[in-house]
Amino acid sequence: MYITLRGTPKSEAKEAAGAGSSGTGSVRSRIPSTVVGLGVVSLLTDISSESVAAILPIYITVVVGLGPLAFGFIDGIYQGISAFVRIAGGRWADRSDRPKWVAFAGYGLSALTRLGLLFVSGFWAITSVVAVDRLGKGLRTGPRDALIATASDPAHLGRNFGVHRAMDTAGALIGPLMAFAILAVFPIGLGGYQTVFVWSFAFAVVGVAVLALAVPDLRTRSGKAAEAATSDASVEVAEAPAPPARPRWRDLANPGLRRLLIAAAALSLVTIGDGFLYLALENTGDISAAYFPLLFVGTNFAYLMLAVPMGRLADRIGRGKVFVGGYVLLLLCYVIAGFELGGFAGVIVVLLLLGTFYAATDGVMSALATRLVPAASRASGISAAQTVVAMFRFVASLGFGLLWQFGSLQIAMLVMGIGLALAIPLAGALLHIRTERSAASAGESA
Amino acid sequence: MTLTRNRTVALVVVVVLAIGAAIGYFTYQRTTADAQAANAPAVEQATDLNSMLATDHVVFRSTALGPTYGKLAVVALADPSGARVVLDSSCERVYATAVDGVCITAERGIVSKYGITELGPNLAPQNTQDLNGLPSRARISPDGSLMSTTTFVTGHSYAESSFSTETIVRRDNGEVIGNLEEFTATIDGQPFDIVDRNFWGVTFVDDDTFYATGASNTLGKTWLMKGSIADRTLTSIRTDAECPSVSPDRTRVAYKTRQGNPAPGQWNIAVYDLATGHETVLAESRSVDDQVEWLDNSTVLYALPRTGSEATTYDIWQVPADGTGEPTVLVPQAASPAVVRS
Repeated sequence: MYITLRGTPKSEAKEAAGAGSSGTGSVRSRIPSTVVGLGVVSLLTDISSESVAAILPIYITVVVGLGPLAFGFIDGIYQGISAFVRIAGGRWADRSDRPKWVAFAGYGLSALTRLGLLFVSGFWAITSVVAVDRLGKGLRTGPRDALIATASDPAHLGRNFGVHRAMDTAGALIGPLMAFAILAVFPIGLGGYQTVFVWSFAFAVVGVAVLALAVPDLRTRSGKAAEAATSDASVEVAEAPAPPARPRWRDLANPGLRRLLIAAAALSLVTIGDGFLYLALENTGDISAAYFPLLFVGTNFAYLMLAVPMGRLADRIGRGKVFVGGYVLLLLCYVIAGFELGGFAGVIVVLLLLGTFYAATDGVMSALATRLVPAASRASGISAAQTVVAMFRFVASLGFGLLWQFGSLQIAMLVMGIGLALAIPLAGALLHIRTERSAASAGESA
Repeated sequence: MTLTRNRTVALVVVVVLAIGAAIGYFTYQRTTADAQAANAPAVEQATDLNSMLATDHVVFRSTALGPTYGKLAVVALADPSGARVVLDSSCERVYATAVDGVCITAERGIVSKYGITELGPNLAPQNTQDLNGLPSRARISPDGSLMSTTTFVTGHSYAESSFSTETIVRRDNGEVIGNLEEFTATIDGQPFDIVDRNFWGVTFVDDDTFYATGASNTLGKTWLMKGSIADRTLTSIRTDAECPSVSPDRTRVAYKTRQGNPAPGQWNIAVYDLATGHETVLAESRSVDDQVEWLDNSTVLYALPRTGSEATTYDIWQVPADGTGEPTVLVPQAASPAVVRS
């Protein structure tokens, strides 16, 4: 297994060299070991976190005996904390120029919480453990994406983020399966839940160990930055004449990044979350709420399969185009769900489109953000974009819920659909997708 | 930095240790579970269901570790800790009257499926309908004609992932009367139409009047509500009261109450006199998260989990309804009680 993890600096250099010499995005170069390593870390960590997330509602309401309102409160923390810590994590990674170790702190913190779940049972205790876990997730996301960016040749940023997201999603698929397989062996008692927590901890520990031992400590700024970064430098120089600059808040005011943030905010504001979209499908009577977990599996499977192809496509035809195109697919989801087209086949199409939407937008946005800020502020820039998406999606789900409650599902879908139809051309204009060139064509000026 | 020999060795060591520990823990828990089931105090079992149903009895969910865990069971009130009849149905929640019963079923898995199964007079399952969400409460009107279930449903609230409750009232022929959220609700005479309102824990007085909980997360309050099926209305009576249960003589309502406790998930049980409005907190100091059942006009029943590693085993406790005395176990290794008098 460690053969794939063997961090030969040559592979990174080779990727950059290969792309540089051929000058086209179609070249099949090796995936940097850092990207594969971080993919393995995310895969293991997602098995760990999703196995716990899958059983936590049952554990809390049925086993620990906390009521549903208490659970809602915990779940709110689960979702909310991450966004705010994310900015801090990105900033910390840039200032220290040690993104790997900031990410390590984040992964380590989350790993410890798995063990914590074994020993706590009260309401505040469980709340604190869940909060610390989210804290860790928030911390690590920006630095991790910055590491991927630093290890990657710019021409293959999209594909490399795709590789990472595919591995990450595979973990999210395996985790719940593992949890329910374990629970099935323990039909009664607490032992099954505790075993899930221990297994989750074991996977998290291995993930952290892979990060610490097998992922290179790439540094964006320092002259001795990783081997990959040196080959990257020729490109960086084109944008930022003095590469080892310190990160500055001003970097985030870069007009290119600002346009991406506005575009992401506008699109996220009219994005209906999976949960609501599934509820809309349920309302059409084609699918029962009991199958929601299977819908998530379907969406994630499509995401898993398409993350790399979409990343490649983004590298070839332009990341802005693919990013905005993803939202066109989302709009198609609204239309099919809203007008109840196609019955059961329509449901399948919506799942596939939704997975494609994630494949076309999630990693691709990080790739976009990477190219819009100086290398010194890379983690902060990526974190900023992710935070904007998380915040505005939360506002969107609030708004969608209110529209549904006070009006009807149809009204809510219509409003979000019209909003999205308006936001797509706006985002297209902001990201200059008409004039956008292939990432591989000579040095890609952002 | 490359993956040096030392690092490779360290990584292999971590992987082996972690996976070894995980497998070891799994085996340990497996052995413990088997031992627990084997050493569990044997529950005496009876077989003559009909003669037990002919006397005053308690219908409940068995929580004895072992093959009867989660099964529908019956025990005679004359000997509540004695031999029980265990039936085939597995129920998350149970309720029964002299004429019929209801069993909330769950098939756990990646796709958990929940259902509501109607039970006949001999507690045999009759028909099953799908139910949305984690089962919480089930009640039947005294004449057996109305059934109410409360489940926790995801996604209905506007913070997408949070839970809300769904309380549905049906007739015994399966006809759905409605979700309580569709009823016209008033609090202190004002319309109660806040977006995040929730209703749960119905108790039936007769085939029209019932009590239930009304709540709003935003306002951070709960209310005891009096409802009418015929008028489709809910009217507030007082605050800080959840999961009401009306006494057999219909003069009082028992419920869980927060009594100003700021910690979530902490409840006392209290009895409210409908004529005088006087509230009596009962002599149970532990937090009770259950819909109380009346044993008779002077005693209430509720289930409490044991502590520590026995947390999935519940006992049915009793405590006087006038605030005196102290709690004692009525039916060990049991939950979700329904008292049926012949």
